[in-house]
Amino acid sequence: MSMPLECYLVVSTLLFFIGVYGFIVRKSLISILMSIELILNAVNINFVAFNRFLYPDQLEGFIYSLFVIVIAAAETAVAISIIINVYRAKKNIDVKSINQLKN
Amino acid sequence: MEFLTASNIIFVILSVTILFFGVMMVTETKILRSATYLFFVLFGVAGLYLQMNYEFLAAVQLSVYAGGIVVLFIFAILLIKNLGEEKEKNSKQKSIMGAIAAFSGLALCLITIFKYKFVTADFSRATEITSNLNMQQIGNTLMGTEKYQYLLPFEASSILLLACIIGGLVVAQINKEDRK
Repeated sequence: MSMPLECYLVVSTLLFFIGVYGFIVRKSLISILMSIELILNAVNINFVAFNRFLYPDQLEGFIYSLFVIVIAAAETAVAISIIINVYRAKKNIDVKSINQLKN
Repeated sequence: MEFLTASNIIFVILSVTILFFGVMMVTETKILRSATYLFFVLFGVAGLYLQMNYEFLAAVQLSVYAGGIVVLFIFAILLIKNLGEEKEKNSKQKSIMGAIAAFSGLALCLITIFKYKFVTADFSRATEITSNLNMQQIGNTLMGTEKYQYLLPFEASSILLLACIIGGLVVAQINKEDRK
């Protein structure tokens, strides 16, 4: 007897909402970005579990989570360069201090 | 006790690790520590992929996330002055509201998951297919143009990565006017 699909889904749902909590509560930009990583990982677990348990013949969920990992890497690189730029201009990275687009 | 097989015990250990370090990550006020906890979460997720017989995905998870993204986070934290030691102050009202939002969403999703009847494939057959998965199959799936093959998203993601390199350079460069 192996773990049913629902167990994986419960773990990924819990991880997703831990990420949502962090996204709402945290204040600095970097920890918000880290919460987004948690959310993306939860989604990846979902994709892979569906692939494994429902449609093992094709590699759909597998490839999708591969692309999600690639996009997460790209997104993080750009976001961190933006955060460092914001730090140069404002001398802190609190979300509350970033309420203007110019000047 | 037919439920106590090795793979089930490993699954429970991995998921407890993931959830414990996830909670630690969002509640920790020191940001460098919370990056370290993120590292453990990513390791746990890679372990789940291994447990589902997807070794390649686990390797990608470890090399891209643990080797790339977390290192990038730690560099950024260390570049920003005092951020590593500084404590974040969270307002109590905001954390209560966040907890309410997260719990209501969680309840909704869990109800949906347990109400829906998933039509799962035969487990032993699925195990046989996924444990015989080799790199050639993954490569064919990535580079083919037929049904269930993904050449176009592959090329699109390569263009995305190029755009991301250029964008990162443009955003991070120092203006000449700022320097004066």
